[in-house]
Amino acid sequence: MAISDVKEYVHLTEEEVDQIGRELDQIRADIEESRGASDAAYINRLIKIQRGLAAAGRITLLTGTQFKQTRKPAIGLGVAFLALHKILENMEIGHNVMHGQWDWMNDPEIHSSNWEWDTAQPAEQWKHSHNYIHHQFTNVLGYDNDIGYGIMRLAREQKWTPYNLGQPIYNSLLATLFEWGVALHDLDIERIRKGEKDPKEMKRQLKQIFRKGRNQILKDYVVYPALAGKQWKTVLAANASSNIIRNLWAYVIIFCGHFPDGALHFTEEEIEDESRSEWYLRQILGAANFKGGPLLHILSGNLGFQIEHHLFPDLPSNRYAEISVRVRQLCEKYDIPYTTGPLYKQYGQALRTILKLSLPNSWTDTDQPEPPSPSRDRKRRGDDERPSRRTELGGWSRSHSEARA
Amino acid sequence: MASTIPWERVRRSASKLTTPLHPDDYLRLLNPLWSARELRGRIEQVIPETEDAATLVIRPGWGWRYDHRPGQYVGIGVQVEGRFQWRSYSVSSPPKRSRGTIAITVRAMPEGLLSSHLVNGVEPGTIVRLALPEGDFVLPDPPPQRMLFLVGGSGVTPVMAMLRTLDRRGTMPDVVMHYSSPTEERMIFRDELDHLEAKHERLTIHRLHTDIDGMLDLAAPDGLDRVCPDWRERETYACGPAPMLDAITDHYEQQGLEEHLHLERFSLELGGEGGEGGTITFRTSGKSIDADGATTVLEAGEQAGVGMPYGCRMGICHTCTLTLVEGKVRDLRNGDEYDGTNEPVQTCVTAAVGDCTLDI
Repeated sequence: MAISDVKEYVHLTEEEVDQIGRELDQIRADIEESRGASDAAYINRLIKIQRGLAAAGRITLLTGTQFKQTRKPAIGLGVAFLALHKILENMEIGHNVMHGQWDWMNDPEIHSSNWEWDTAQPAEQWKHSHNYIHHQFTNVLGYDNDIGYGIMRLAREQKWTPYNLGQPIYNSLLATLFEWGVALHDLDIERIRKGEKDPKEMKRQLKQIFRKGRNQILKDYVVYPALAGKQWKTVLAANASSNIIRNLWAYVIIFCGHFPDGALHFTEEEIEDESRSEWYLRQILGAANFKGGPLLHILSGNLGFQIEHHLFPDLPSNRYAEISVRVRQLCEKYDIPYTTGPLYKQYGQALRTILKLSLPNSWTDTDQPEPPSPSRDRKRRGDDERPSRRTELGGWSRSHSEARA
Repeated sequence: MASTIPWERVRRSASKLTTPLHPDDYLRLLNPLWSARELRGRIEQVIPETEDAATLVIRPGWGWRYDHRPGQYVGIGVQVEGRFQWRSYSVSSPPKRSRGTIAITVRAMPEGLLSSHLVNGVEPGTIVRLALPEGDFVLPDPPPQRMLFLVGGSGVTPVMAMLRTLDRRGTMPDVVMHYSSPTEERMIFRDELDHLEAKHERLTIHRLHTDIDGMLDLAAPDGLDRVCPDWRERETYACGPAPMLDAITDHYEQQGLEEHLHLERFSLELGGEGGEGGTITFRTSGKSIDADGATTVLEAGEQAGVGMPYGCRMGICHTCTLTLVEGKVRDLRNGDEYDGTNEPVQTCVTAAVGDCTLDI
């Protein structure tokens, strides 16, 4: 979003944009300054609870299912414990630790450099495709694979093909098997489809995914059922249920981050020579929040504060709530759109987009507040003419160095 | 450990149940010492030694090896305000595993956030992280027949480990010790030293209170020649503040006796040559920075805003170790170069030689 376009989007002067950047930098500085023992206690307590739930779930299922009178409650409790453990680990713990949110503690056991999360996706690949590509090139068509994950059409600018008619089906499959969708996240299915992927790199990644996925499958579908003896079928079914519950939950939360109405898409022309302040603005315009109580926010990894998370991906998630108060005030002051709503509404909008965009644009009308961006007048390039996702390092970095001129 | 149960194998099998975590990640929630993933210890006692120094008795957890040699130091990581701070302190207890504890003696330094916390603020029961003992300032086995210890302030701790070992083994050779401290009250272990001196005929201790009597001028007529006339025939072990060690080094070099001098310095000595510098890329953070050949990879990463892990910052605790994906780095202490792909390197003591990429 080059300077000229920012004004088109949000009617701001260059000075105002710079001022917004400075104010957001100040929020970051304040939070970094105030991180301390209570934050450390929060993540340590959460990890304790999550591992306690894991142990409780496994033990309940292994022992409680052995007796007729306890079988039913044991299955219910066991599945609930396991699903909760997986949700907490993936969302509030794993995702955020890998973002480096807790690196400041200098704790070698809670550090982005060596955290391996409890899902099929190898952490190393996630950190590349999510922390770097998605967070740097958020909602930029052709770069950010999270717009549809290479299997769905989620922006009107993406070219429609008859393949998209199957979107309702792809969507249900993705929701159910979300863990495995995430596992393939960094493979870049689109590039493979276009035959642009380096086969050596692909082989290395697949090997990594295979190794990790195999361990996950063995654990839930072989080792624990085997330990349950006669009750192996019950335990296997319970483990599968907990995985599916986690998959559906993670899918819903993640689809609320960038697909509700109001979250904008950008083109590669628009991010040429982007300054730090413009990057900030693009994060606000490209993300959507949802409202809820403290428990909902913890269970969703605080991604209900998607806007704040995108502005400050590496600040501790337990502080997003207080950050959001300041970000909202800033948006009100400068009249910047701040997209939020209840969870059901946000997901409903995302679902409507998935269904609508399975059809050609001419059959449907848009729900997006179409920005009067100059690029709209230029003919937008179709997917096939877009450059592939870029993987070189961005000029923007968290350090206070000047962005490339 | 002469255990009949192959623990390693049990834990490896159990990790099938806990993958991607290790069984230790769960066990440590029951007892913080039941994890070998990171070395840990529990502070059992805090024994005040002087106004500003205390001995911490620490019970190490799984994975600890009690084979430290008298004179070595350990890294200790303590969480202060949510952040782990690392320092290294000499072990003052003799190597002995029967009690299952080690002791370190800490003097609170002005400006020393961590040392002050350890002396005045740390509660028994606190869990700390540990790094295995290291260091070449050790008592040879068998010990030299004639020894001289030149000690200043809290530099007494490694020497104390040596004296205690000699005392326990009953093999005290001919030892002269010169111990400088600002005042008598600030002299750590003074009662125990009195006791040892009375017990061992061959141990002579000279005490100097520098606030009253000034420092020992080694080269003066009433300097080292008076304290220990045969110092040239003794193996000398010196530990104390940097200026004192510099003076001792000069004095021994002038006499051509540096071979008989053993020093313990608690600061990073970058004797090797620098790197050439280059662009350091931090792969998973998507950040890169141009660094010169004198800037360590750790400092460069911190400047680039990467959350780099760090510990002692002097190349001993290995907390800062990261994987070098490609490129070459040079160890600033000795000039060793590392250019293997996917090689673990200590970021606090290495600098870039050309462009390199790290996995963080």
